[in-house]
Amino acid sequence: MFKTTTLAYTYDGSFEGLLCCVFESYEWKETPLAIHSDGDGQGLLLESKWIETDSVKAGRVLRSIPLKISPEAEELVRLGFWSNVADKEMLLLNFLYLGFTHGRKVMNMLADDTVSALNKAVQQLRREGHHYLGFVRFSVYGPVMAAVIEPRGYILPVIEDHFCDRFQNESFMIYDKTHGMALLHQPGRQAIIPLQEWIPPEPDEAEAAYRRLWQGFYNAIGIKERKNDRLRASLMPKRYWKQLPEMNGNAPALPALPARQGQTASRVKSGQQRKLQ
Amino acid sequence: MMEKLEILTASAKYDVACTSSGASRSGQPGGLGNAVSMGICHSFAADGRCISLLKILMTNGCIYDCAYCVNRKSNPTRRAAFTPEEIANLTMQFYRRNYIEGLFLSSGIMRSPDYTTEQLIAALELLRNVYNFRGYIHVKAIPGADDVLLSRLGLLADRMSVNIELPSQESLNRLAPDKSKQSILKPMGLIKSKITENSSDLVKYKHAPRFAPAGQSTQMIVGATPDTDYQILNLTEGLYKKYGLKRIFYSAYTPVVEDSLLPALDTKPPLLREHRLYQADWLLRFYGFEAKELLDEAAPNFNPLLDPKCSWAINHREQFPVEINRAPYETLLRVPGIGVRSAQRILKARKAGSLDFYALKKLGVVLKRAQFFITCKGKPLEGLKVGEHTLLRSLMSGQELAQFQQPEVEQLSFFDDSYMAALPEAGRAATFRKGG
Ligand code: SF4
Repeated sequence: MFKTTTLAYTYDGSFEGLLCCVFESYEWKETPLAIHSDGDGQGLLLESKWIETDSVKAGRVLRSIPLKISPEAEELVRLGFWSNVADKEMLLLNFLYLGFTHGRKVMNMLADDTVSALNKAVQQLRREGHHYLGFVRFSVYGPVMAAVIEPRGYILPVIEDHFCDRFQNESFMIYDKTHGMALLHQPGRQAIIPLQEWIPPEPDEAEAAYRRLWQGFYNAIGIKERKNDRLRASLMPKRYWKQLPEMNGNAPALPALPARQGQTASRVKSGQQRKLQ
Repeated sequence: MMEKLEILTASAKYDVACTSSGASRSGQPGGLGNAVSMGICHSFAADGRCISLLKILMTNGCIYDCAYCVNRKSNPTRRAAFTPEEIANLTMQFYRRNYIEGLFLSSGIMRSPDYTTEQLIAALELLRNVYNFRGYIHVKAIPGADDVLLSRLGLLADRMSVNIELPSQESLNRLAPDKSKQSILKPMGLIKSKITENSSDLVKYKHAPRFAPAGQSTQMIVGATPDTDYQILNLTEGLYKKYGLKRIFYSAYTPVVEDSLLPALDTKPPLLREHRLYQADWLLRFYGFEAKELLDEAAPNFNPLLDPKCSWAINHREQFPVEINRAPYETLLRVPGIGVRSAQRILKARKAGSLDFYALKKLGVVLKRAQFFITCKGKPLEGLKVGEHTLLRSLMSGQELAQFQQPEVEQLSFFDDSYMAALPEAGRAATFRKGG
């Protein structure tokens, strides 16, 4: 049995770091009261224990998930970590407790509070990811294209394959302003890298012209006898509008792929997706 | 260019078939784009309808004179036409910016059906063979065009459609004198046989070109003619069965031209009726219902206050309550408030232990509706009182009604006598639990 402590864990905010929190909890048979990442500034209220990220420990926890629970559970945990649900760390820890106790069966326990909360969080992330398959807006400048998004969850890995497959021949970037990360793609290679700030340049004439044509199309396609702002806002929530030219957003243009892509890519934060082909 | 785009978009906007679902094709080096079978909405218009395709007409000039159509010969409106190059270029530019999932191309009939089809082929050939476009293309088959041309067109597109527009021959005679049921059904039959033929070719030769891999669809206008929901739904069912259609779209008639044969110009489009037809269509495709279970000649139209599944359930209370922990999937699907997803979750969660009402809520069951039709471990929801009014009030969706802003519905009280009488045997509903 685990003892409940008054301790909080603090970790570096990476996926591996969280797996180390799980390791710690099992090693000391203790359940923390909360888990904070060092960046969120909440760790001050409770006595907290710093959990060092250690890829060997993380690896052991990660490997045990498909083995002792199921491969789907591993995916659920990863996606849960990318979601922006409050207290996701404790949620994931609780889910793993359940999983290591009940095994494969946990995936069917849809009515359990923890399992259902995690499923909901993942569903939300997936829904947001799916939204962005449509709501990403590229600006084109010469041979490169770039887009800015401001998602709630960390959805770049969720949409990565879709866009890289779709635009195989293009050099493009999708910059996630919320999380300070960017998906970069050049024919034949792709990576998600940290990128703190990027301000899209002004559109050139051709780009501006196509945005106007798109706005013209958007305005012409609506049927005024059926106008329904409420329905539109529920299907395309206002938080997306800022980056949509048809909603008079300020979509970016003239992207500048950061120099030294090859090297930056190798600095991918641990726990974030790393993919270079 | 801007003006052309606006004219040719405005003339295409009444076509509803704007989904990109059903085709799956990965990208390839040297090409641009892919197709995703689940469909992707790229934006939503001010009317709340999804935009996923660049939906345009090649030209809005037409030699025909269909009464309900903005593009009819006798309607004095601005005319424009795109060249195949313009269409291909615009599609590519919009696609790169991720504005769209592909192209929906239709056209008024210029010179002849054959000539029009040749122009459509020219635009699609440019896209596919010159620009290497691998995104989604939905093209309209022009009734009356030569089979050989239609076959070529189908090899370039993901989906083909021929619009039925009006649900009966009688209505067609009155409103679209240049068209006949035959001229619509013939290309539909051709497309179907091409798709079937093609799928056996695909077994034989791995690289046989695919004919309209996302299948065919059609559209019907609702409310321009006196046809009933029952007639429309029967036609729908027949089309799914006979022509293997993938989707049927319903379009609430929006008056665009003055015509003595049509509803007056200030008539509001019957959006709620359109919505009910989509709900019923869904029940046919995914819930195992048949048209004759939902409507009949005695009650040929959907009730505006209740969705078709609730109406059906109230009429068939001998089949309820359903025990959640034992009922098979097909039976669960017939319970109001349980959709495909929650039914699947119930099956899954049942394996981990028996379910109570609290658990159902977490699985996404809409208890407000389902509570009257189910038991958990043999017991109904505790404290549930089933009076005529609670039952009906719970089953009616005020939100849904409000969304369609139908003044004639909003004005009436939910418990207006005439509507109560129209509800399927509402009076007896109060006691069905006891009879259960
Ligand atoms: S053939 Fe088509 S475009 Fe021409 S008038 Fe009839 S519906 Fe309109």
